[in-house]
Amino acid sequence: MTRRRMIVAAVAAGAGVSAAGVAARLARRYGLVPPDSGGIYGPGETLTYATQRLLTAHSTAREFSRNMISKAPFANEIPPLKDEFKRHQSAGFKEWKLTIDGMVAHPASLSLADLKALPIRSQVTELACEEGWSYIAEWIGTPLFEVLHAAGMLTQARYVIYRSIDRDWWESIDMADAMHPQTLLTYGMNDDDLPVRFGGPLRLRLPRQLGYKSLKFVDSITVTDSMKHFGKGLGSSSPEGGYAWYAGI
Amino acid sequence: MTPCYAPVVPTTVAAPATERSRHSAVVRVTHWITVFCFLALLVTGVEILLSHPRFYWGETGNVNMHPLFTLHVPSSRAMVPTGYAVLPDQNGWSRYLHFEAAWLIILTGIVYVLASLWNGHLRRDLLPAREQRNWKAYAAVLGRYLHRAPVKESGAYNAVQRAAYLGVIFGLLPLLIWTGLALSPAVASVAPWAVEALGGRQSARTLHFFATVALVLFFVVHVVMVTLAGFWSRTRAMVTGVVKEEQL
Repeated sequence: MTRRRMIVAAVAAGAGVSAAGVAARLARRYGLVPPDSGGIYGPGETLTYATQRLLTAHSTAREFSRNMISKAPFANEIPPLKDEFKRHQSAGFKEWKLTIDGMVAHPASLSLADLKALPIRSQVTELACEEGWSYIAEWIGTPLFEVLHAAGMLTQARYVIYRSIDRDWWESIDMADAMHPQTLLTYGMNDDDLPVRFGGPLRLRLPRQLGYKSLKFVDSITVTDSMKHFGKGLGSSSPEGGYAWYAGI
Repeated sequence: MTPCYAPVVPTTVAAPATERSRHSAVVRVTHWITVFCFLALLVTGVEILLSHPRFYWGETGNVNMHPLFTLHVPSSRAMVPTGYAVLPDQNGWSRYLHFEAAWLIILTGIVYVLASLWNGHLRRDLLPAREQRNWKAYAAVLGRYLHRAPVKESGAYNAVQRAAYLGVIFGLLPLLIWTGLALSPAVASVAPWAVEALGGRQSARTLHFFATVALVLFFVVHVVMVTLAGFWSRTRAMVTGVVKEEQL
């Protein structure tokens, strides 16, 4: 190797390292780094999330005509229902409450009737499981952004956490997904109440990500600017169980 | 009479005359990164497949629907009735690694294709040479293979090799990337045509599987041919870039 080539290589390597450093800082600044960006799978996960955030900030999931609705949708296995849930179930979910707290001006607790008084939206979208199977259904509910607006979400909010009544199951999404018109607090499916097997009485439907982000039995929402103090700080219970936080793939 | 002095021996030799340059540095580095990514994608892909070893055609498919075909292997999910014991779930890390390796193989492929266009590797070594652009050239190579005649290498790829490499680089791998991206709900939201052109989400998944099978077949044949030609000399050539003259 000649001295000239060594100098060129050193300058190129230096430029590469500083470019990577600048890119990492910019990515953090613009919210392109997912909460589970550490570890050996972090680079791949960050590339996927950053690329898709730049390309899909406002895109909408494919919607289908009603005749595409699956005749035989598949209700996946659900964790055993606990006594608290069974009490709600036998009371017809009259006492089911969705609490909203964290970075909001007006923390609230909404019944299903309160939710149904807010604007209704329905969509015919596909639920795709990470395992490979899928089905199409009509999902009816209140857009999450309506609830966040009503609660007076603060401008520094960056993530919305949502939890199942069984607190082992919780997820979070960034603002691009939280404010997305297709992100529905779903209480109806195919012109009927959302069945318990499919996550009733309330499921957060997120058609631009895989099925495991569409959490069942949702009863709590927290708005935050950082995932640091929730669980292990990885964004949801999925990465704690080895699955990616962002499931847009 | 023999002169009585030591013969002059050059102290530095650029490349001994018995060695011939075979693969460029770009080809060698991208080849081995691709091998590494291919194996990572294959192992993790099989792990992901085991969670639902059934395939469908069209937009939707699940255990309540008729499959196009079922692989009779154990599954890692109790909800899929395959008649075997349930395997442990390996999907989490498999999915992380699958997509990370996908990024690496795509970036490597971009470097390889751009470099090959730039340095003439594509035109010189991969596009069929003038005398190879007829059926006879292919028949001649296949005939030699079938008769198991010793392959006399000229240091350049024959017609069948070029067709196989071009098919994998510009056919199979792009098809795998396309069918894989079609399975991403976020990508489908910006490019719905990419899913619809394949016949729907489940069709894309089935095609992703078939393309994988084709790539595995290529891999097996490739390794067999390398072994017939001399496994260690060819592998050394792909590492060091040179091949010894007597091993050609």
